Amino acid sequence: MSVDKATVKRIAKLARIRIDEDRLDPMAGELNNILDWVEQLSAVDTDGVKPMTSVVDHCLHWRADEVTDGNKRDDVLSNAPDAEFGFFAVPKVIE
Amino acid sequence: MSKEAKNYIVHGATGDWEIVVGLEVHAQVTSQAKLFSGASTQFGSEPNSNVSLVDAAFPGMLPVINGECVRQAVRTGLALDAQINKFSRFDRKNYFYADLPQGYQISQFAHPIVGEGEMLVELEDGATKSIGIERLHLEQDAGKSIHDQHPRYTLVDLNRSGVALMEIVSKPDMRSPEEAGAYVRKLRTMLRYIGSCDGNMEQGSMRADVNVSVRRPGEPFGTRCEIKNVNSVRFVMQAIEYEARRQVDILEAGGSIDQETRLFDPNKGETRSMRSKEEAHDYRYFPDPDLLPLEFDDAYIEEARASLPELPDAKKARFVKDWGLPDYNAATLVGEKESADWFETLLDALRKGVDSPVEKLAPKASNWMLSDLYGQLNKAGKSLSDCPITPTQGAELLKLVFDGTISGSASKEVLEEMLQSGRNPADIVEEKGLKQVSDTGALEAMVDKILAANPAQVEQFKAGKTKVVGFFVGQVMKESRGQANPAVVNEILMRKLAE
Repeated sequence: MSVDKATVKRIAKLARIRIDEDRLDPMAGELNNILDWVEQLSAVDTDGVKPMTSVVDHCLHWRADEVTDGNKRDDVLSNAPDAEFGFFAVPKVIE
Repeated sequence: MSKEAKNYIVHGATGDWEIVVGLEVHAQVTSQAKLFSGASTQFGSEPNSNVSLVDAAFPGMLPVINGECVRQAVRTGLALDAQINKFSRFDRKNYFYADLPQGYQISQFAHPIVGEGEMLVELEDGATKSIGIERLHLEQDAGKSIHDQHPRYTLVDLNRSGVALMEIVSKPDMRSPEEAGAYVRKLRTMLRYIGSCDGNMEQGSMRADVNVSVRRPGEPFGTRCEIKNVNSVRFVMQAIEYEARRQVDILEAGGSIDQETRLFDPNKGETRSMRSKEEAHDYRYFPDPDLLPLEFDDAYIEEARASLPELPDAKKARFVKDWGLPDYNAATLVGEKESADWFETLLDALRKGVDSPVEKLAPKASNWMLSDLYGQLNKAGKSLSDCPITPTQGAELLKLVFDGTISGSASKEVLEEMLQSGRNPADIVEEKGLKQVSDTGALEAMVDKILAANPAQVEQFKAGKTKVVGFFVGQVMKESRGQANPAVVNEILMRKLAE
């Protein structure tokens, strides 16, 4: 598996990360190095091995249906660059 | 027993087209708290007050699943006769939008909690059709963006962010707007019976994404368009009708359909391309590393099954089989759990007061409820939920009809008064002097008088024109000012005329 310049450009856009044009080729190289390194795993014979979902042998913890949280609007909005009337205020999303 | 569903055809300039519809219904799970946080799901709260740091996606916050949402999804799957998966898993569906603070929605992609099932829908002409269910999975709702309240900003409220949704995906089995409408209505009825969703489309607790394509009959599926977030049964049907016509027009003009997401505009009754999302979606699903697989055992499923109420199909069958209700009446009554319950209470009370077989009482009681009661409620702009009388009071009124105290037409007058004043029927009958005369002596005298006054009609009867009995009954009713019991009058007349 390898990525090219166009792929890097596309995934950067999907992830909303700006990468300058002259950084695309070097980035493709770096990503390919990582992928190649992980690719070594394919040397292992995994026939009949079930996919592992976690490294710890735990079960999913279930919560009771109770309201235990909320009512902290100021905390929730504290990091927002802008807020109006208790709402997050973001640049107008054009519809 | 069941009729075939009729074919719905779009007539184009170059021939006939068939439409293919599949629906993805998003149903908000009835729960106190959200799917992965302890914040409230209360509708209509102050903006951003039902938000925890999990819902706002603060760094380091971890999701913990709400067991009730799992239980409701399993119960819903069982009601849809569907495969319940004892192993399922949560995936991240990645996309950017201002009302999705995580940058991904936690959903179930590869391993949903519920697999294939089916649901029977009833159509207008009495036909039924089985619609396949592809899957049901649990996922988070997003927040709400408000675009028109501020000149420069879009305002975002995260109260809905993280609320549990069941996405119920049908197979592309529907072939007309009517079938799609019937499917949504039936699904809403089912969810309300089960209690897993309140089915309130106006408040957004239930909304549908509608997939529409057209094809020549017998040909493979055409390219489909997805109409997002349609929030009423009527709009679902309108959107399909419009969209099918639009696609046929394009194809007949030699064009092709772009697979795209569209919006339905209820004011104009048309669908429009959502150009703002011109880029093809690439959700890059992967298993959510914050959550372990969702697992339970057979005992858990059986417990959920045991908690299900009688479902509409079973209830309808029972009303028809045990009580002799006409199919139409049974279907209408079970359409809402509330009306089915009202009817059962009514019949229960009536059976205690009238010594008559249930197959005689039930059909009449259902006719009374659907035409007399509903008719008068409709006229007053009311529904059953704000009906001023109880089913027991309704049974008291019907009892007066069954035991001959009042006539059927007088009962309408009594009902009207009951709905206005909430008073008991017996008092109203007494006060208005609506009691029927069933006293044979008095009626016989009246019959004698009428027969004596109309010798010509008596001759006609003897000559074989038996229809004149109707004339005599009318005369006696007039004589008694509507208070004679017509059945008794009829009996006396036949006896006397035969003499």
